Amino acid sequence: MMNWTLALPELVLACAGLGILGIGVLPRRQDMFFPVTMAVLGALVLAGVLTIGQGEGAAFAGQYVSDAFARFGKVLILIGAALSLMLALDFNETDRDLARFEYPVLILFAALGMMLMVSANDLMTLYLGLEMQSLAAYVLAAFNRDSERSAEAGLKYFVLGALASGLLLYGLSLLYGFAGTTNFDRLADTLTGEHAASLGLVVGLVFVLAGLAFKISAVPFHMWTPDVYEGAPTPVTAFFASAPKLAAVVLLARVLLQPLGELGAQWGQVVWLIAAGSMILGAFAAIGQRNIKRLMAYSSIGNIGYALIGLVAAASPDPAVRDEGVRSLLFYMAIYLLMTLGAFAVLAAMRRRGRPVEAIEDLAGLARSDVGMAIWMLVFMFAMAGVPPLAGFWSKLFVFRAAIEGGYVWLAVIGVVTSVVAAYYYLRIVRVMFFDPLNEAGALDVRPASLTVVMAATGLFTALFSIAPAPLLAAARTAVAAVMGG
Amino acid sequence: MAGDITEMAIGLAHYLIVAAILFVLGVFGIFLNRKNVIVILMSIELILLSVNLNLVAFSSALGDLTGQVFAMFVLTVAAAEAAIGLAILVIYFRNKGSIEVEAISTLKG
Repeated sequence: MMNWTLALPELVLACAGLGILGIGVLPRRQDMFFPVTMAVLGALVLAGVLTIGQGEGAAFAGQYVSDAFARFGKVLILIGAALSLMLALDFNETDRDLARFEYPVLILFAALGMMLMVSANDLMTLYLGLEMQSLAAYVLAAFNRDSERSAEAGLKYFVLGALASGLLLYGLSLLYGFAGTTNFDRLADTLTGEHAASLGLVVGLVFVLAGLAFKISAVPFHMWTPDVYEGAPTPVTAFFASAPKLAAVVLLARVLLQPLGELGAQWGQVVWLIAAGSMILGAFAAIGQRNIKRLMAYSSIGNIGYALIGLVAAASPDPAVRDEGVRSLLFYMAIYLLMTLGAFAVLAAMRRRGRPVEAIEDLAGLARSDVGMAIWMLVFMFAMAGVPPLAGFWSKLFVFRAAIEGGYVWLAVIGVVTSVVAAYYYLRIVRVMFFDPLNEAGALDVRPASLTVVMAATGLFTALFSIAPAPLLAAARTAVAAVMGG
Repeated sequence: MAGDITEMAIGLAHYLIVAAILFVLGVFGIFLNRKNVIVILMSIELILLSVNLNLVAFSSALGDLTGQVFAMFVLTVAAAEAAIGLAILVIYFRNKGSIEVEAISTLKG
């Protein structure tokens, strides 16, 4: 029962990646960045179209599953990968060193790994997808290979990421040993009733949670995030903060809900602590930051905390609350992905005389020199602070509502308090842009058109989401039905 | 499998204990090592090998081949991971001129 046509989006993407890589290594490589980027964008769009038309069912002897939950994740992953690739288009003019054709190909293979992650129906597929994404990401972090900071970011990411993979893998081996299978469906069958609380399984579960918490940079496994986000080139940071996080959260949700759903009482408490810790650290550690990429790293840690509130609600014994919890989780991650990419488009446009600048003060007086960009940044910062009626308000509202309906009132209280604290540093950026005098070093460079496109696309989504929220809500609803129904 | 034949036979528990010891050594190797990054790469390999030992021991005890297939995949990925790790280490050394763990501190705060 191979049924390989079901995995068509991944297969097409893999073949396209190999073909593009082959073309890229032909001579005249100096000029290959732009055509290869365009080819990869085309492959991502093609994979997106195929994903939307993908059938339902399991393939490769139950290793791979295609359902609405996976498709929801995949479409967002492809959007995230395509937009972060567009952020890098101006490498061509500004950073000759970075305009190498390997960059888009690595993004493509990372996207392929993420698609496998969200489609995993077996511990082996889970591990291979995760490693495919991580190995590409380690190289991307160190992509600016003549910069000491980028090399250090790559090294730190590699060492800590490999440690996380090791923890995860140790947990997977225990799950396999104590349940006797690696398939998610059979694991779910084994873990019902009496068998559920075997000590070996709980230890395995904790290791798996630790490994995945690392990948989504949740407290207490967040320590790599600020360093890697600061050191990596800005378009790479934008990529790290968007698609891989969404993929890892979707994967985490599937693992906890499908095979380990019966252990909700055990993992619910762990996720509660992780969520609360991430929200608190994300809010307070960002206050003193002067580097805006570091600030965004703490902001992304905090956002993961809010998203995990939905996952805590999904551990509730009440099926209605569980559904709503997962729905709010998916909804939060979708909006977070687009909001973050927009904010990073602004950061990628922060250049002065061709060199990237990263301090918050470099944005001073932006409203006087480039009012368009200042307004887009205002939209993203207000949305992240949760100001109605922007998209970020609704996503926060939904996770808090799920928490309150599930009886996790304290978690909702922590969420609201940390949102208020976090609003302080988001609004500080707005104040610096609109009310401070222009930075002495002068205005920022004119932004490239590719960044304007990304800012406008994500900015319009963020600002006008309230007008037509139905499609995203409906997609999240179908996705949840697929994972909770079975 | 051979646990019942003699009293001295090595059973599943022994393999799991050895794997757990190797795993802990690997984790400590990463955190306690203050000398150089190559040792960290070796510790990572130690962790992956302890997992392989686990998988193969479980596979044998359960009479199920899945664990051995999994171990093959882990071996392959470990090789790719080591290659990428060493490549990153080379560019780091070219920029910094040192691979001492204490020196990796340009990014902090």
